[in-house]
Amino acid sequence: MRVTQIAAVAAALTMTTMTAQAGTLQDVQARGELNCVVSTGVAGFAAPDDNGQWSGFDVDFCRATAAAVLGDGSKVKFVPSTGKTRFTLLNSGEGDILYRNTTVTMSRDADLKLTFLGVNYYDGQGFLIRKELGINSAKDLDGASVCIQTGTTTELNLADYFRVNGMSYEPVPIETNEEGITQYSANRCDVYTTDASGLASTRAALDDPSAHMVLPEIISKEPLGPAVRQGDDEWADVTRWVLNALINAETLGVTKANVAEHAAAAGDNPSVNRMLGTEGDMGAMIGLDKQWAVRAIAHAGNYAEIFEANVGPDTPLGLERGINASWVDGGILYAAPIR
Amino acid sequence: MSDSREYAVGTHPDLPPPLSTSGAIGWIRGNLLSSPTNIILTVLSIYFLYKVVPPSLNWLFFDATFNGDSRQDCREASNGAGACWAFVKHRFHLFVYGFYPVEQRWRVDISFILLPLALWPVLFDKVPYRKHLLKFSIAFPFIAGWLLIGGFGLTPVSTDYFGGFMLTLVIGVTGIVFSLPIGVALALGRQSNMPVLRVICVTFIEFIRGVPLITLLFVASTMLNYFLPPGTQFNLLLRVLIMVTLFSAAYIAEVVRGGLQAIPKGQYEAADSMGLKYWQSMQKIILPQALKISIPGIVNTFIGLYKDTTLVIIIGLLDPLGIGRASLADTKWTGLTTEIYVFVAIFFFLSCFSMARYSLYLENKLHTGHKR
Repeated sequence: MRVTQIAAVAAALTMTTMTAQAGTLQDVQARGELNCVVSTGVAGFAAPDDNGQWSGFDVDFCRATAAAVLGDGSKVKFVPSTGKTRFTLLNSGEGDILYRNTTVTMSRDADLKLTFLGVNYYDGQGFLIRKELGINSAKDLDGASVCIQTGTTTELNLADYFRVNGMSYEPVPIETNEEGITQYSANRCDVYTTDASGLASTRAALDDPSAHMVLPEIISKEPLGPAVRQGDDEWADVTRWVLNALINAETLGVTKANVAEHAAAAGDNPSVNRMLGTEGDMGAMIGLDKQWAVRAIAHAGNYAEIFEANVGPDTPLGLERGINASWVDGGILYAAPIR
Repeated sequence: MSDSREYAVGTHPDLPPPLSTSGAIGWIRGNLLSSPTNIILTVLSIYFLYKVVPPSLNWLFFDATFNGDSRQDCREASNGAGACWAFVKHRFHLFVYGFYPVEQRWRVDISFILLPLALWPVLFDKVPYRKHLLKFSIAFPFIAGWLLIGGFGLTPVSTDYFGGFMLTLVIGVTGIVFSLPIGVALALGRQSNMPVLRVICVTFIEFIRGVPLITLLFVASTMLNYFLPPGTQFNLLLRVLIMVTLFSAAYIAEVVRGGLQAIPKGQYEAADSMGLKYWQSMQKIILPQALKISIPGIVNTFIGLYKDTTLVIIIGLLDPLGIGRASLADTKWTGLTTEIYVFVAIFFFLSCFSMARYSLYLENKLHTGHKR
């Protein structure tokens, strides 16, 4: 009797709920917390602030998802991951969703058993170099030492680019972007390569930004997007449509400020009405209530607002929308309609 | 004058040694300028110190900026010449508490205060009311666990919010406290006459010693989830604590085995001839001697363990180094790597240096005449 009691207490201490194999949506709702895999720190995309609160572009998408699913954008547990551990964390069940500047590729989708939900940032790989080296084109980088994050697509792109152009390079492997900045500013490598969004912030962080330049060549396509584990289509639908809702909200003119007003009563625009649940019940199709998109947008705003607040021209990163502008503004950001 | 007086043989009072061989001048001549090589080395050392110390002090203190809200403020204040300690100041709570909820941080504070109180009677003999305090020391892990995790009247706080120095101390102290007894048991098991026990202990020790800690942490953080039934949530911090403890226990076992083998066979035989049972002879004769000579090795392992706690960043737990790196990604502060690493280095140096000093103190205290 006592042994079984002790065993029961031990089990209760070490294991929280042993849920049956329910879907991720039910798991998350039962847990009351969304486990979101983010980076250990990428400027503008995910980083803890002075009070230990995570903030950033990817973080806001996590919070919007939590707001839609759980009704509260603060109920997110952030699981910091490095480039190498992110997929294992997701696949082993430590995280429910991955929002970590992750490039959508075929092998990751098929081989690593991920389901990508779309693209929330279109990026491309570039080079940061010291001006004093007098190199103005990536084609002149033969023999250069290159700081490169391991376990990323940038590593593979770099190898491809140098092979195609018949050049050689000496890789200086690094683990995180911070290490990259440190190594580059300590002159351990001639060139630092990563996504262009990362290069802008890296350059801004250097002691003398004017002594460095980003080479004009963008050598790869880096569509960065969120992912979930393969095999749970219901959860993939929920998270995909939260992302689509945030992107659609921009073109439909629904913002953090006016979303409550729009959601209060059906308006003239049926697209807005459908999204915000004043007409029909789109939420029921993905296992949520009518107000799901209202909560997602109310938490951090639509795509444009999230962009402006974290990485836009008024932030230290100072990124322009560029191809990330909505399709109506000449960009390629385009989400399927909610109907 | 002294030379005008005359003394009888043997009554001359002792004169002070000549100025050139005593006092500061004598010391300098004897230790710094005794030979040409010594003179060259002294000059080089002074030059080296002159080159290193003033700039370091300038950077650390005199040119440093202690107030400001962003790196820009620091740059404006000191032209980038000194350290930007405003960064560390703003982030200090994050470094200490990690992501622990702000309104619950008093619980961490109490644990921090109780920790030295619990260690005091364990580490030193001459403590008033030592017997009673020792009871408190035994209860401390449970009290601290209750304070930090919550439950039983306190708001529960998930261990996922642990971070910073607090996380280092939790992992370090738990690892040290539990790995010593396990390590001693393993060492005894390895020396045992019972073949099954011996094989188990040897296999365990050799397996753990043959695998890097990072691998074990990886297994703990990700692989375990594949083996356990789906949906099982096994607390990540607990997994890390188990792995770190087992890892350092295997090393302690080997250190203690070295101590056991250094005890002359006569001591074992003497214990047997006194009719002492195995545990009695171990407890009264062998282990006190073996552990005493193992102290430097044991403390060495502990210091290693303490510093290895920084590896938990790999599995997504943010120790001070992890917090520092994550902080660098904040666009307000990005680029201040030196400050972060210096700050974290000072913390680890203070911790590890005190451990090393305590080990020296213990060696001197237990030094009972056969020190080599």
